[in-house]
Amino acid sequence: MKRILVLVKQVPTTESVRLNEETGTMIRTGSDAAINPLDLHAVEEAVRIKESSTEEVAITVLSMGPLQAQSAIREALAMGCDEGILLSGREFAGADTWATAYALVQCIRVLEPIDLVLSGERATDGETGQVGPMVAAMWDVPLLTYVTHLACDWTQLVAHRAIEGGTEEVGCRFPVVACVLRDLNEPRLPTLSGKVAAHDNEIKVLDGNAIGADTSLLGLGGSPTRVVKVMYPSFQRNAELFHAIDNGVGVALDYLESVFTIDASQTKGPS
Amino acid sequence: MKKARGVWVLGEQRNGRIHPVSHELLAWGRSLADGLNVSLECIIAGHGIAEDAKQLIAHGADRVRCFDHRQLEIFRVDPYVRLMERLIREYKPEILLAAATTMGRTVMPVLAAHLHTGLTADCTELAIDPTERLLLQTRPAIGGNVMATIKTPSHRPQMATVRPKSRRPMPADESRTGEIVTEFIDESLLDSRVSRLGFVEDLTMGSSIQDADVVIAGGRGLRTSKRFADLFEIAERLGGVVGASRCAVDQGWAPYAHQVGLSGKSVSPTTYIALGISGSPNHLAGMSSAERIIAVNNDPDAPIFQVADVGIVADLADFLPAWLERLRRGTGEERGGPR
Repeated sequence: MKRILVLVKQVPTTESVRLNEETGTMIRTGSDAAINPLDLHAVEEAVRIKESSTEEVAITVLSMGPLQAQSAIREALAMGCDEGILLSGREFAGADTWATAYALVQCIRVLEPIDLVLSGERATDGETGQVGPMVAAMWDVPLLTYVTHLACDWTQLVAHRAIEGGTEEVGCRFPVVACVLRDLNEPRLPTLSGKVAAHDNEIKVLDGNAIGADTSLLGLGGSPTRVVKVMYPSFQRNAELFHAIDNGVGVALDYLESVFTIDASQTKGPS
Repeated sequence: MKKARGVWVLGEQRNGRIHPVSHELLAWGRSLADGLNVSLECIIAGHGIAEDAKQLIAHGADRVRCFDHRQLEIFRVDPYVRLMERLIREYKPEILLAAATTMGRTVMPVLAAHLHTGLTADCTELAIDPTERLLLQTRPAIGGNVMATIKTPSHRPQMATVRPKSRRPMPADESRTGEIVTEFIDESLLDSRVSRLGFVEDLTMGSSIQDADVVIAGGRGLRTSKRFADLFEIAERLGGVVGASRCAVDQGWAPYAHQVGLSGKSVSPTTYIALGISGSPNHLAGMSSAERIIAVNNDPDAPIFQVADVGIVADLADFLPAWLERLRRGTGEERGGPR
């Protein structure tokens, strides 16, 4: 049997995210939350591999967060994943990317053997894109980033990577971590029976002890980085406004040309 | 144990040529190194890059450390990480910067994981806290609605990826002197668990809007795809390229490659002209470092005017056709010559 692990994160769906001014970490207790959109592509790919594989495949969904994050795991279960695990407890709170990856890898070591780990390239809230690569590094397996296509025959994983200037085709052996982009596939909508099954599926909730973690390396305390200041961006060029509506468009264009001139020698004529 | 000292930047090359993003990193690195009164080093891996490495000195490096090997021609995460990690452990820089490119965003998290240190993604501002000698790493968060400043108090090196085009390179100064060191390569470190099977070039995936001197960008205020399409002619006549707000891309007026903002590309052109763009935080985060910003919008209270040097309040339905007409009529003869 082959085992795929999909890393998912619950993210706020609205722009009403608040920050804890003391710690600079995000407050995630609001109810408007869903699975990170890019993670849906990782889930979809896992389910497709399971459906097309000649070998038996089991898919585990792993997340870290407050108990509410179980609903993000249920979204993945409803799409066809087999079981869900949530790392939850105060000890995990306030983790930066290093401490998050550490916790996830501790859990991976408990779950091993795992053949393939899939994650979205980044989450819409933190937008770092660092956890997937850090998991590969700490777990010490090959890493594929910016993946837009996967072909998996369980002897080799072939991937397309979207990089500057083109698409790279690469191959590697298992186990491997792949961080995927939205071009990879079109995520399915969960079926009603999928939702029912997901609802009845009991999600395992594990704390720091259950994954054998050194608790000093978890959460805010285990995070090498600290948010020291949060501010609203200020851009202070404050243009003086020229009102074309009062002065007419022709005058406005004269004004534009008086402040913005193009070097005629570089100006291209009509082609 | 040796105290961590010095600022390092991870240079980039493509096809054996130094990529200009390296020079942007050196501009950041230079001001940090000067603030700390330490030297600035650039680490670069590739093949046949030693000659080009002089450029890195001219753009601000005090020392360049080159890994030059046929097997390093294209970026592969395993050998790059092994070589860099060994060097970092040996020389212990206090700060390590890379560009937030697909390479930088792949190699830096792996290095940070191995070195057990902090890494801040996609910074748009870097500074030194003079009392603590710490790197202050500022990045847009929550869709550009806030700027978060992050530091790494006790782990070293302090690592950050920097958003391309968030700073202009310094002009090349050929009179600068510095040392170019060709690093010894232990060939046992060159193996990669991931092998390249092929590469299909697609230049539309490049960064043409990031390289342009003039960007003519349109948003929702243009109201129709036809009017948006006029931007392409205006851009051609002005020698610029077309940018788009997220809304314009969502409307299907322009492909995603043209999207400017946190959710698209950051640009830092000489002139940025925003037409019918109100200026969401997401958009502003991707263009506010342009040298000169001209905004045309029908709403005098649009946030775009706060970041603009020149603001014109006009209805684009009148303004755009009139401008296009004028550009068609007189291309450079009686108007728009060099001043």
